[in-house]
Amino acid sequence: MAEIDYSVLLLALLAGAIRVGTPFLFVSLGECLTEKGGRINLGLEGILVVGAMSGYAVAYLTDSAWLGVLAAGCAGCALGAFHGVICSLPRVNDIAFGIALILLGTGLAFFFGKAFIQPQAPSLPSIELGAWSDDARVRSALSVNVLFFIGVALTLLMHWGLRATRWGLVLRLVGDHAQSARALGYRPALVRTLATASGGFLAGVGGAYLSLYYPGSWNEGLSSGQGLMAVALVIFARWQPLNCLWAALLFGASGAVGPALQAVGISSGYYLFAAMPYALTLLVMYLSCRPNQTLSGAPGELSLNR
Amino acid sequence: MSIRIPPVAARGLALGLPALPTVLAVATTVVLFSVFLWAREIPVLEAGALIYQGAFGSTFSWENTLLRAAPLMLTALCVALPARAGLIIIGGEGALVLGGLAAAVTPLWLPALPASLMWVAMAAAAMAVGGFWIGLSGWMRQRRGVNETIGSLLLSYIALAVFRHLVEGPLRDPASLNKPSTAPLPDAYSVGVISDTFYVHWGLVAGVVVCLLAHVLVRHSVSGFAFSIVGGNVRAARMLGLPVNRLVLVTCALGGAAAGLAGMFEVAAVQGSANAALIAGYGTSGILVAFAARHNPLAIIVCAILLGGVEASGSLLQRRLGLPDATTLILEGVLFVNLLAWEALNGRVLHWRIHWRERGRAPAEGVVQHG
Repeated sequence: MAEIDYSVLLLALLAGAIRVGTPFLFVSLGECLTEKGGRINLGLEGILVVGAMSGYAVAYLTDSAWLGVLAAGCAGCALGAFHGVICSLPRVNDIAFGIALILLGTGLAFFFGKAFIQPQAPSLPSIELGAWSDDARVRSALSVNVLFFIGVALTLLMHWGLRATRWGLVLRLVGDHAQSARALGYRPALVRTLATASGGFLAGVGGAYLSLYYPGSWNEGLSSGQGLMAVALVIFARWQPLNCLWAALLFGASGAVGPALQAVGISSGYYLFAAMPYALTLLVMYLSCRPNQTLSGAPGELSLNR
Repeated sequence: MSIRIPPVAARGLALGLPALPTVLAVATTVVLFSVFLWAREIPVLEAGALIYQGAFGSTFSWENTLLRAAPLMLTALCVALPARAGLIIIGGEGALVLGGLAAAVTPLWLPALPASLMWVAMAAAAMAVGGFWIGLSGWMRQRRGVNETIGSLLLSYIALAVFRHLVEGPLRDPASLNKPSTAPLPDAYSVGVISDTFYVHWGLVAGVVVCLLAHVLVRHSVSGFAFSIVGGNVRAARMLGLPVNRLVLVTCALGGAAAGLAGMFEVAAVQGSANAALIAGYGTSGILVAFAARHNPLAIIVCAILLGGVEASGSLLQRRLGLPDATTLILEGVLFVNLLAWEALNGRVLHWRIHWRERGRAPAEGVVQHG
């Protein structure tokens, strides 16, 4: 075997971290928002698929990728609101309902998405950060999608908003101690529903990124657990938006290991490399969780820490 | 307005009430799904008739239904048994495919044996692997507090990757060209059908028997009672001195073993080797079966047959009405959502049940005030 070109490998990993990590970033920001309010939405996996399908369909029909992103967000928002409303009923388990939402979302997306498997929709624009370089590989690696920058901006906005705005404080209070929030005159169920709906919006946008940029087309095998990994990622990030960004990049890089190795000519064990993100998630959860003790930074009302 | 209710009827009402949320959930599902079809301008009644026909309309459709129900019973147990101890495990698919793989390679690595002995060995291998895989989720939860729902699903994805890697790589039969598979099972070891006139393999019998055993375990044994104490209140269980960690592990391992057994029958009776066709979504549908049956092993038998029927009718809907195969997926999703949403009624049901039971006891006062 030829000697491995490490600079190519590293460049492919960096580019992959951003390319594969962007949907993780959006979904994990959405989940972070939801969990700050004290609920878990495992259904983000289903919302991601619905977002990917509706985003692609609308982009194809209107010939505008950005309208597609908006439609994906709205579809995600509707499903998130659905989760929020139903889980506000007494005795409804948010984790179990999330599983149901995965099934329903996948069903809806596959049903309505049948017609859109063939046609080619416009894709999202990217910004060429590598225009200075003559090397085509560098240029393609540094071509970063606009949504990534929006995601970074959102991360900073959420980081600031959760600390310094009234809305952020109310959300955190509801998530930490619903009774105090109630005593102050807020309605926890309403706040949580709004948080879940906004989280759904972000997850829908993450789905649109999948179908409109990378991998860049709609098919039924598009999402494979990204939505679920985002839930684990939020735990790893200790419910901090800034940490979500780093974690998303790390997960993106792990997902890019397989393709990056293929780029330098190592193609055996393809499936095992494709499973890297799952293994990394498990490892990270194993290392970051502690038995019989609430994690630092965990919202107090979260059913994750029973 | 006052209604006169005889005590016997009141007692009957009290007995039947627990089924109310499920009945309402199914009714809502039927209404919502009909509206969905109607909005897509699909003839609702014809679709309903086709679902019935495809599921239970003929011997052939019964065979098709029961062939799907057999693995569903076992994968549903993979959800229901850990649920007794308070865990939500959803990684049955991984345990099924790895169990199937273990069963497929057992005859290759063992010397020739009588068929019955070989089946025992294959089942043991499949159950051990499946039990280990789900047991891992339980272990990670008890040891490190890793959420078992996410953990089991991640393990399931890893299991699928390992399965694909092995079947397309080291364990691939070079003769399988278009469809990478392990070496085919010798004919002598394949599990046959129950009777020549009814083409359903013995996996169905195994599924029913295992569900009955599970029922005895959870309802009529001390361990089963211990499971429900752990599931009801972990602190109470610890105060009683119950080995909580071990009990959780046992429920997970038993559930995983059931899913692994499903994989063994899929290999030995349907596929004839381990290949990608094993990844057919039985693990996912099993979650729905378990929730619909409220984690009750006897109800799982019924629910698995009903859901197997719905899935069996999918191809008929596709052929006759041109509906995508995702139609049954939507039906399942709507049903799942409704089952959980109507759960909200359970608190009320308990209240009403006590109310009606008391009415049943006091024969003189059969008058209820409504208002």
